[in-house]
Parts: sequence; structure tokens; C-alpha cells
Amino acid sequence: MRIQAAESIRTEDACVHSNLADRPAPTKTAETGVPDGAGANVAAAAPMLSGAEITIQALIDEGVEYVFGYPGGAVLHIYDALFQRGDAIKHVLVRHEQGATHAADGYARATGKCGVCLVTSGPGATNAVTGIATAHLDSIPMVVITGQVPTPVIGSDAFQEVDTVGITRPCVKHNFLVKRLEDLALTIRKAFFIAQSGRPGPVVVDIPKDVTDPNIKVPYVYPRDLSIRSYNPAKRGHLGQIRKAVEAMLDAKRPIFYTGGGAILDDAAAPLTELVRALGFPITSTLMGLGAYPMTDKQFVGMLGMHGTYEANMAMHETDCLIAIGARFDDRVTGKIEHFCPHAEIIHVDVDPSSISKNVKVQVPIVGPVGSVVTDMLGVLRESGGRPDQTALAAWWKQIDEWRSIDCMRYDRSSPMIKPQFAVETLYKVTDGDLFLTSDVGQHQMFAAQFYPFDKPRRWINSGGLGTMGFGLPAAMGVQLGHPDAQVACISGEASILMCIQEMATCKQYSLPIKVVLLNNGYMGMVRQWQEFFYESRYAHSYVDALPDFVALAQSFGHVGMRVEKPDQLEAAMREAFAMKDRFVFLDVIVDPSENVYPMICAGKGHHEMELPPTMSERELA
Amino acid sequence: MRHIISMLVENESGALSRIAGLFSARGYNIESLTVAATDEPSLSRMTLVTRGNDDIVEQIKKQLNKLIDVVKLQDLSEGEHIEREMMLIKLKAAGPDREELKRLTEIFRAKIIDVTEASYIVELTGASRKLDAFIEAAPEGLITEVVRSGPTGILRGAKGLTL
Repeated sequence: MRIQAAESIRTEDACVHSNLADRPAPTKTAETGVPDGAGANVAAAAPMLSGAEITIQALIDEGVEYVFGYPGGAVLHIYDALFQRGDAIKHVLVRHEQGATHAADGYARATGKCGVCLVTSGPGATNAVTGIATAHLDSIPMVVITGQVPTPVIGSDAFQEVDTVGITRPCVKHNFLVKRLEDLALTIRKAFFIAQSGRPGPVVVDIPKDVTDPNIKVPYVYPRDLSIRSYNPAKRGHLGQIRKAVEAMLDAKRPIFYTGGGAILDDAAAPLTELVRALGFPITSTLMGLGAYPMTDKQFVGMLGMHGTYEANMAMHETDCLIAIGARFDDRVTGKIEHFCPHAEIIHVDVDPSSISKNVKVQVPIVGPVGSVVTDMLGVLRESGGRPDQTALAAWWKQIDEWRSIDCMRYDRSSPMIKPQFAVETLYKVTDGDLFLTSDVGQHQMFAAQFYPFDKPRRWINSGGLGTMGFGLPAAMGVQLGHPDAQVACISGEASILMCIQEMATCKQYSLPIKVVLLNNGYMGMVRQWQEFFYESRYAHSYVDALPDFVALAQSFGHVGMRVEKPDQLEAAMREAFAMKDRFVFLDVIVDPSENVYPMICAGKGHHEMELPPTMSERELA
Repeated sequence: MRHIISMLVENESGALSRIAGLFSARGYNIESLTVAATDEPSLSRMTLVTRGNDDIVEQIKKQLNKLIDVVKLQDLSEGEHIEREMMLIKLKAAGPDREELKRLTEIFRAKIIDVTEASYIVELTGASRKLDAFIEAAPEGLITEVVRSGPTGILRGAKGLTL
């Protein structure tokens, strides 16, 4: 299909040339080097570049290290320009455009830099949509360059034409269709600025093929300073509100911090940790916020929400002062809204004003970057010299410790089968807690969040908002490229992994020593769990009857494959896998197919109505 | 409650669909939307009528403001404002109905702008309620066609919605 593209576009190019030649502004100045029109002074100093060259040069000027992409007809000029720049920018050839977006996304999450993708028009762009939406829901900075059919044929249902800007509009922070070569450099600059500032997100830049014509050149100046009159994200929180928030914290008897992905995106881990420790308050986190505060610290009470800990959810229910930082009160976190934090005054810090009072009404809203607001809170706290009510706080901790003692994440450790929880605990042990862990979506994702305590931010990489199966493996590629010397693993299930399995070829091509830890239970585990709980165990299409031999599959891609079936062999196998520092290892771990994720807040229930794991005797009865 | 939201928007292709798309994607009501150029060529003025409780309207305004293309936004319903909508209405006008319709047109200070043996076209400008009232008052069965522009509006006083 993509080879055909080149054929059909050749004829289109001919008409594009004549069309552009009619225009007065950009001229074919390859020979003369001097453009007509205004700005001769600037132009004299500025190099003359084609649209394709501008695209690549702009990425270089943005400091882009990696572009994740897949060539095709509409981006051939850009790929040619990329080829001619040699090693100035590294291109990673994925095996499917979804892989490109997830890899760029994983790179962005793990490094804090902007992820970049380059894909062709039509199916290239539609394949990228899942990854764009994934990044959008988790607010990940990403610039996706999509090729488009030449401007004269836009709207004619041309070969490999889709309305990319239209299709992606609801799942991007912003998008652009560049119709004029003169606008290209500025548009790319804007895309990077928008993607990375305020509440980050993906930005699509759709570039028609004629705009990248190698024969049409304009002076290139990359705009360093940029202001967009309609876009001014908050730079600081309102000091009056911050004072009010600190007062509320000092007055609280049963306070709790609730932090989300925003704390990680804004690199607020250090001031957040300092503030939480200075106050001595308990802290819980959403799935997206894990690692912003050290999870092994005693003030951390575990994740909250649907599969959060009993102590975190009970504390949410009983708190009188909720300090929400970079979190968005998602339905998986709040449970039934009517039961959410019934006794609390709520402080909410978020850079996006539309996040505030969207799902839950808050009393002290603070719009601003999380890092700067938390730093200002620390400053105000120190200035005031105030201390929280220590007696009340001691009583609060006593209560929390009682909830903790219930041991809500207990599981059967004597099972002859490998329990998925045990597999995650073993992974933690083998990697000494020093790991970048990406995840797919389902039970394994929850088990990883529950049983692998991350002490640093940007270590836990998962699709929390969109819940995209297939995310884990390509995301791990981006993480590994961003941190070439770090241990990177992808925890997955046998259903999720197959959704982007083709990326094992990319891992081979770029020698990425990722370790895949597959919790293989033969089912779409989370679907099976819901069917067991809510559909009287009617397992409609959640069992995959024909699985590949994953060991042989990994080997066929040129990797190492291993299978483990017994708990007592697991640690040794994992050690062996992680000892292969320069190899991609696929570890197929056969786990108990009937294990469920506990504790759980069922749909329509509040934080105080958790289902706890069955006791030993209950399990025996079952 | 009904709100009239007035916006300055970048005069770029796609701005309109971003705004319309926001309402459909988030399930907000949109009663009418008018858009046209302003004296500043790079800006369009958009007037949007929506309904919802205070929380929903607050969210609508925040979501609109979040769009990169929206430069400035004002909820006209929050202050003293003037609202105008134009209607062109085609009426069957034959026999005794002609006189009746002429009287109605006078009462509403509307204008008959097209006449045939069997029809009138009436032009009427005012707040949307006034237009509703005219439609109510028109004798039953005589309305052939109603064309309404949707309301536009402006705040009273010296201050304007400018950059």
C-alpha cells in the first residue's frame, strides 16, 4: 500500500509545482539564493530551506534526540531530508504507527522531554490516533508530525487522504494543518511550545506533501521567542489562595494529601516530599502519581481508588482536609461522587483551571504549576512558623494504622501456582526497586501498582486515562532509549502484549535490552474478574483459546525467551533474565488464572465500601 | 439558566469546529451560534447561547477558554447587556389576512420587505423573546418559513470585549 503511494503521488506532484509557482511569495530560489519580497536582510543571513528541510531543522533546533516514525508517500520528502542530515537526529523505525506514538509517549514520560513522531497520511495518521489519545488523556507532551496529501487535492478523497486534523481534534491539546510553507517553522515552534507548557498534551502538525517540496525554498529562521495571545498558561499560583490553603492545612485534624500525575509532569516530587514531611500528613496517590512521593515511606498510605488500599480509601472518606495536587478526581479514584470525601474541605492545585470543580466542588482552588505552588506553600508554612495540631495528628495516624493492620492486599502465599502478586514482589526484589516499569492494561497493571513501590518519579509508566492495551512494549522502547543504561521492564498480560507484539522487531533492530514480564493467566484477567463478579461467571470471550508459544515467538524475533511455571523457580529465572544486560528477554510467567485484584470499590460504591480479599477459609470454601 | 457567551476567536479554519466539537463531545447544550469577522481581520466574534446550571456553565466557559483559538470570552448574562436577533419570516398573506399581518407587523415595529399576491416576508429584529412573541402572535397556519440568525449581543457601557 505504501509503495503504491509513491506512484500515485508522483503525478500529483506535477500539479503541485505549477500551483505553487503561481504564488508570488515563495520562489524557487535554489539558484539565486535571494528571495524577492520583504526581509532581505534577514534572508541574507538565513539559510534557504525547503519545507522538508525546515521540518527536520526545526526538530534539531528544538533539541529533539529521537523521532519515532514510519515512512510513507506523503512524508517521503521529509524522510529524504532526514536521510540527508545523517546523525543529526536519530530516527527509530517502528513496525506500526501506534508503536511510534506509544514509544514517543514512553520517552516523554520517562525523561520529561517532548516525544516526537513522524507518520504518513491516511492509515499512518489513523494508526497513530490511539497513541495520541493515550497521551492526551494522561497529558503527555508530544508532537506528532503527519504527512498529508498535497493541498490542491485535499478534500478530493485522494489516495491515503483522511481529515487528520478533524479526526484528531477531540484527542489533542491542539492541532495544525500547515497550508503555507512560510508558516511551517513558526507552526512547529508553536506545536512544541503548546505541547510542553501549561497542562502538557499532544499536538498534531499535519503537513501536506507540496509544502515539503524539496525544490521550493524559503529563508529559514527558527523563532526562539514565542508568545501566543490566546494561550497564557498560569505561571504562579495566587499567593492569597496559597495562604488560605496553608491555614486550612494547619487547622486540619484529619488531613491527607492526594496527588496525581500532575505532580510528576511538573517535576514537583522534591518540594512535594519536603512539604508532606514537614507537615507529617499522610499521603495517597492516584495510579498516575505513583513515585512522586516515595512509596516505601511510612507516610505513604498506598494508592487510592478502585483498587487502592483500604487505609487510603478510608482516610479519604474520613478526612476533614483534602489537599489535591495535580490530580483530577477521575471516576476510578472518586468512586460514587455523592459519597466522596463527605467531611472534607478540599484544596485543589492544578495548572488547568478546567480541572478544578469539574467533578467535585472544591473550597480552595489554586490554579498554577504544581511545583511552584507547592514550593510557595512550603515558603508560607515556614514563614508562618505554624505547626499542625500534633495531638489530632497522632490520633489520626493511630486510626490509619488500625486500617493498615487489616492488610488489605493479603494473598495466598502458599499456593502451588505463581500468584501474580508474588511475581511483582519478586520483580521488585530482583531489581532492588531500581527499575523503569512500563505496563499494559488490566490486572497485571493493578498488581504492579499495588506491589511495586516506586520511590522516584517517572519510573512507573502506564496508560491510566485511556487504558490502552498494547501500550507497554512500545512505551518501554521509548523509556530505554531515553535511559540507555537503566533497567527497563514491561509488565504485561498475554492479551495486552499481542496488541503491539510486532514491536519486538524494533527492539531487535535497536538492540533494546528490555525485559518483558508476562503475567500469563490465559484470560483477559480484568474482564474475567468483572465477569466473575458482575455477570455470574459467564466468561464471554475473555478467554483466548489460541495463544502463541511466547518463548518461541520471542526467539523468532531474535530475542531470548524463557518460561516459568513454579513459584520456587521464579526468582532465579528473573535474576537470569536481568543479568542479560544487553539482551531483550521475554519472560513468560504462568500465573494463577483465577486470581482477582483486591481490594476493590465496586461501581456505584464509596471509598468506605471496599471489598476486601477473601480470607483463607473463604477461599477454601470457594 | 440561559447564558449568552461572547468570544473573540482567532480567525482560523478549524476554530468553529473546535468550538462546536467541544459542545458535542462534552454533551453541553448549544442553542445557537453566530460568527462573523470583526474590524480586526485576524479575529472573529462568536456569540453562543447555551443553557445549564451554574456549575455546567462554569465548566463550559473554562473549556472554551482552554481552546487555543479562543482569545477572550465574556458571559454577557453576567452583566447589563443588549441582545439582538434578526428574523426573516415568510407568511401566507391573502385576503383578509393581509391587513391582519400588516397590523401585527406595525405592533412589533417589524418591516415587510417582500410582497407578492399571496405572501409577505417580514423582517424583525430584537431580543429573542420578542421574536418568539411574533411567531406566537402570527395567526395559525400562515407561517411558511422562519429564518432566525441566533442572538448576538454586547455589554452596555464604555467597556468593550477587546484585546
